[in-house]
Amino acid sequence: MRLFRPLITIAGLICLWAVITTVFSLPKFILPAPLVVGKALVTHAALIAENALTTGIEILSGLFLGVLFGMISALLISAYRPVKQWVFPLLIASQAIPVFAIAPLLVLWLGYGMAPKIVMSLLIIYFPVTVGFLDGLNRTDPAWTNLATLLQQSGPKGRFLRLVRLYRYIKIPFALPSLASGIRVAAAIAPIGAVVGEWVGASSGLGYLMLHANARVQTDLMFASLLTLTFMALALYFLIDHGLRLALPWLAPRADFSFPQHQSSQSTET
Amino acid sequence: MDPDYPASSDTAESASIPFAETDISSVGLRLRLSSLAFDGDLLLRNLDLTLPPGRITCLLGPSGVGKTSILRIIAGFLPIPSESFLETSDGQPLTGRLSYMDQRDLLLPWARVRDNLLIGARLRGEVPDLARADTLLSRVGLEKWRNTRPDTLSGGMRQRVALARTLMEDSPVVLMDEPFSALDAITKYHLQALAARLLANRTVLLITHDPMEALRIGHDIYVLSGQPAQLSDPIRPTGKIPRNPTNDELKRHYSAIMSALAVSEGG
Repeated sequence: MRLFRPLITIAGLICLWAVITTVFSLPKFILPAPLVVGKALVTHAALIAENALTTGIEILSGLFLGVLFGMISALLISAYRPVKQWVFPLLIASQAIPVFAIAPLLVLWLGYGMAPKIVMSLLIIYFPVTVGFLDGLNRTDPAWTNLATLLQQSGPKGRFLRLVRLYRYIKIPFALPSLASGIRVAAAIAPIGAVVGEWVGASSGLGYLMLHANARVQTDLMFASLLTLTFMALALYFLIDHGLRLALPWLAPRADFSFPQHQSSQSTET
Repeated sequence: MDPDYPASSDTAESASIPFAETDISSVGLRLRLSSLAFDGDLLLRNLDLTLPPGRITCLLGPSGVGKTSILRIIAGFLPIPSESFLETSDGQPLTGRLSYMDQRDLLLPWARVRDNLLIGARLRGEVPDLARADTLLSRVGLEKWRNTRPDTLSGGMRQRVALARTLMEDSPVVLMDEPFSALDAITKYHLQALAARLLANRTVLLITHDPMEALRIGHDIYVLSGQPAQLSDPIRPTGKIPRNPTNDELKRHYSAIMSALAVSEGG
């Protein structure tokens, strides 16, 4: 049911789109009718699939690496005060650099292959994951850290192992919901990084295909690629969201259709 | 049987059986504070509190009088103020011989009931003693719930898990900060009896604002009141713990404590 209503809205929008193209008899290269786009999807299926594979690999690699580096950074910043004092302000300041502006540099340094696109995705994802996880790690209830300290006092003295176990059994599990929020945001924005990377310079990928179709006035193909990309992004987001809920079963289920941007404002059912 | 009240039937006969696999070497404590201030306000001065070994000492007082600070100083969560001393009867440091129970159950929401009991061992990198955890769970009447996550348990059951986790450490000294205050009256009544039984022979400091709770399960009861706060003379009710609250002696003590607390609230 929660998927049913949005699906009706989408169907309505497609009808509106069809009506507009018919009523204003828009040429195919300005706004192709839904049926034309559907035909393009079928005729160019192999081409779209091939390029979608490239973009998909870029998005998934960027997401994986971004989440990995983000988690490592958050752990280091939270566990070691010097890292926080020397590096963290720089990390925040680095967010003032528009990532899109450095895309040409990445292409210059890393070539036209997948590498610069993966790095673009990684750069976009890294920050929300780091900040989300760090926030969770820093907000462990002091009552719990006090209790953990007391529990550890009757055991071995090593400070490093105590710290590792405190993180392993208390701090990281308590921070997982915040990390999950960070990963949800990351999943929603990862495709942006990959596509922007492809626009700057690429030899394959959906962004590359869209750019070429646009230049050759194959607007139907462009729309078909755009739809494919949207579908991939949505599928990725919902798969990640579902996976995170399965992984964190003790959290209250959120039973609604939502994007991460709205997470803080929503509390119960819509 | 209602899961919240596991041991109501055998309260009387098992009251004298202490629970401990190992012999607890009892240790007494003495805390002397020259003064204790919070946010510039002098809370108390010249406090001398003795926790006799193997006995339950209750500290009663109105909110904000510094009860919890005293417990936190003993626990090491707060530093010992200058010119103040914390001594043990055997002269050994207290570190590693304490366990602590909070007003909130502090259960790990992701861990099943038995894993919540094993968290101490895990945090120390020891092999968890599953058999001991199971024994303790049956002692608090929750053996059937050992693979349940805490969010499905009632408040009373959760606090029983917390009690079992506290006892899992087998420490000679147990500090309890209003452990039953968030529970309803009946649950509280049963849990007090259970705790008194399971804590036998340990040195316990129980912070509470409920005079009847102190009178039911405390050996030595102190009232902390006034500004700056003073420790009353100890009240030592007779009779085996947990005591029957309808007993006339307890009623007499109860009204004495209430009037002491009411005076300090009024002033």
